[in-house]
Amino acid sequence: MPADPLSRRTILKSLSICAVAGSVLRVIPLQAAEYAHHIIETEKADSKSAGYAPKFFDAHQYKTLQALCETILPADADSGGAIEGGAPEFIDLLTSENAEYQAKLAGGLKWLDSTCTARHGNAYLDCTQQQQNEILDLIAYRKSAVQDESLSEAVEFFSFLRNFTADGFFTSKIGIKYLGYVGNTYLVAFPGCPRVPEL
Amino acid sequence: MLQLNPPKKVYDVCIIGSGAGGGTAAKVLTEGGLNVVMLEAGPRLDPDKDFKEHVWPFQLPHRGVGVGGRQQGIGNEFMAPNGFWEIEGEPYTTAPGSSFRWFRSRIEGGRTNHWGRIALRFGPADFRAHSTDGMGDDWPITYEELQPYYDKVESYIGVFGSKENIVNAPDGVFMPPPKPRCTEILVKKACDRLNITCIPSRLAILTKPLNDRDPCHYCAQCGRGCKSASNFSSSQVMIPPAMATGRLTMIANAMAREIVLGEGGKVEAVSYIDKNTRDEQRVYAKAVVVAASACESARLLLNSRSASFPNGLANASGVVGRNLTDSVGSDLAGYFPQLEKMPAHNHDGVGGMHMYMPWWRFGQKNEFLRGYHIEFGGGRDMPGVGGFEYVCQEHEGYGISLKQKCRSTYGTFIGFSGRGEMIPNENCYCELDPDVKDKWGIPVLRFHWQWSDNELKMAADMQRTFRSIIETAGGTVIAGTRRHPQKSAAGASNALEQPSARISVGGAIIHELGTIRMGTDPKTSALNSNCQAHDVRNLFVADAAPFVTNPDKNPTLTIMALSWRTSEYLLNQAKKGEL
Repeated sequence: MPADPLSRRTILKSLSICAVAGSVLRVIPLQAAEYAHHIIETEKADSKSAGYAPKFFDAHQYKTLQALCETILPADADSGGAIEGGAPEFIDLLTSENAEYQAKLAGGLKWLDSTCTARHGNAYLDCTQQQQNEILDLIAYRKSAVQDESLSEAVEFFSFLRNFTADGFFTSKIGIKYLGYVGNTYLVAFPGCPRVPEL
Repeated sequence: MLQLNPPKKVYDVCIIGSGAGGGTAAKVLTEGGLNVVMLEAGPRLDPDKDFKEHVWPFQLPHRGVGVGGRQQGIGNEFMAPNGFWEIEGEPYTTAPGSSFRWFRSRIEGGRTNHWGRIALRFGPADFRAHSTDGMGDDWPITYEELQPYYDKVESYIGVFGSKENIVNAPDGVFMPPPKPRCTEILVKKACDRLNITCIPSRLAILTKPLNDRDPCHYCAQCGRGCKSASNFSSSQVMIPPAMATGRLTMIANAMAREIVLGEGGKVEAVSYIDKNTRDEQRVYAKAVVVAASACESARLLLNSRSASFPNGLANASGVVGRNLTDSVGSDLAGYFPQLEKMPAHNHDGVGGMHMYMPWWRFGQKNEFLRGYHIEFGGGRDMPGVGGFEYVCQEHEGYGISLKQKCRSTYGTFIGFSGRGEMIPNENCYCELDPDVKDKWGIPVLRFHWQWSDNELKMAADMQRTFRSIIETAGGTVIAGTRRHPQKSAAGASNALEQPSARISVGGAIIHELGTIRMGTDPKTSALNSNCQAHDVRNLFVADAAPFVTNPDKNPTLTIMALSWRTSEYLLNQAKKGEL
């Protein structure tokens, strides 16, 4: 909890009193709403916890999931990657609540490890970088499933995880910044289009 | 027994429902001096607690899509409390062979808490449908009769738009519209080339201060509810002034079960279930205004049976539940590569489109009767779950190049939605299901639905139009929607040959109406030209149930104009002692 005596509750309480006293409409004055919003944001940032205990995946699965997420959307010069964006936590949380996701992801991770073990004698995480890339290159493209139908489930698994990772990363603070979304704020006037697009 | 009770309180009016119609009636009637009791089937609304304005996806553990990722679209975690497609314990049924979806909002303000704020007047021809093309029926009132009420509503709620003098899309009392977004400029250029009218949209969002309400701050989040009430909702703009008169009593969590007929062929009370105690209660009033939403209002009348009205209250004609329509809906999205070059900029704007295409072929010979308008949106919206499926499928692989491709294609999708007029047909109606009751013991509705050929042709025409706009603007047609773009598997051209695959499910556009229609002939209508029951003179309907046609213009503005007119009539009748 912030030590600031001007807590969110106090602000919101005074706001609703203002609204009742000042107007018959149920309105919070704009400036006050904006101020309250920033306080809430700061509070949320403060309360963010460091550790995460997976809800669905076991420790090994979760490590593998993290590695795959980071490989799908890695850190680069412009931003952190999928792990920093919280994609594995997001995927674990939703998967813990959705049987369909559980079947897809647990099944896919199992296939990955058993295929790696059969080929290289090691689970995915213990394979060399080259071995890992080799197997991912096999399942990261639809054409593999066309060439070898037995790969279709693995291809579908990777496609699902790729999309899930993108959802998680690009709705994170760093992902949104990376994309260049600059809205969700308070403007006095809408500025319009900075450069008119051509047909 | 009765004489042992204290004298019962009799209100002047009981309004059932607090949405667009009920809220308007409450304001007009209480400000006119009447004592009003309002029954709302859901809880009171607290914008401060209930609205998720300005929340980022990363501030919610589920990033907005809810437990198990199951809350997407209109029911996502960001939206203002707005109701559901399915309510536990309160089912509805569909007849074999019929598909129908019914979105019900049980909360103060009803569906106005989340609606698209699209505020379009119906045009003169919309009130004279039969006279114009021989199909359907004319309204018992004209555009000119409703026009002063459109003026009143727009002046009070605030609507932006522009004077355009377009045939059958009347101008209103407008605030200035916001500047167009990049995506809208691009689409307008294509429309100009195709001779499709593309003009500033008309939304109930303030671009200037009005009655203590601040203007829009351009965060694009109207659907989440607006704490500064810069857009219109009944809960923030209609109910508070009614409350301020001291003459409005709101009973929340009250599920109306039956309107009770009293002496002399007049209604005298409304019986409702108190959802907290499950007890049945009664409120007495000299007049009743039903505004529970078209189908819910029809259900209430059908459930109010008596010796005088064995088929339901005010239903001697048998039309209650009949003539059910929804808008014809069809969607298509495109990818526009030239938008990849746009610099990062604030694209939010108001919570809805800044431009739209009103029906531009009015009076021409088309393959179908009536018309549609086009809504569109997309571009650099706040990123959300589901927004990256197309690029992931298109790029495949993994790594930095995938990440960069997601960035370069972000904001390059635009979705188009057609909203067209459905002509009432005898296969579309709702009735009481003889076997199913809800958890309050109230018989539920059973829906019958069948699009006619006219709507299927219209949806096919929408698809052709969307495709020509997308291609003229330099884009490529894709599958899915703009918030959930997907790579086309079957190819969209295939869908053109099967318009049924491209038309919305009945009810899905949430413009269902017509089920307690007004008219001059008591044999073919339930209400007269003042939305007063032909058979019961102190019973009124003030939602979209009285509508005779369902033109391509979204119904909410007309619900409010008609409710305002009905309420003024009721007020005059009350003052004359006619009730």
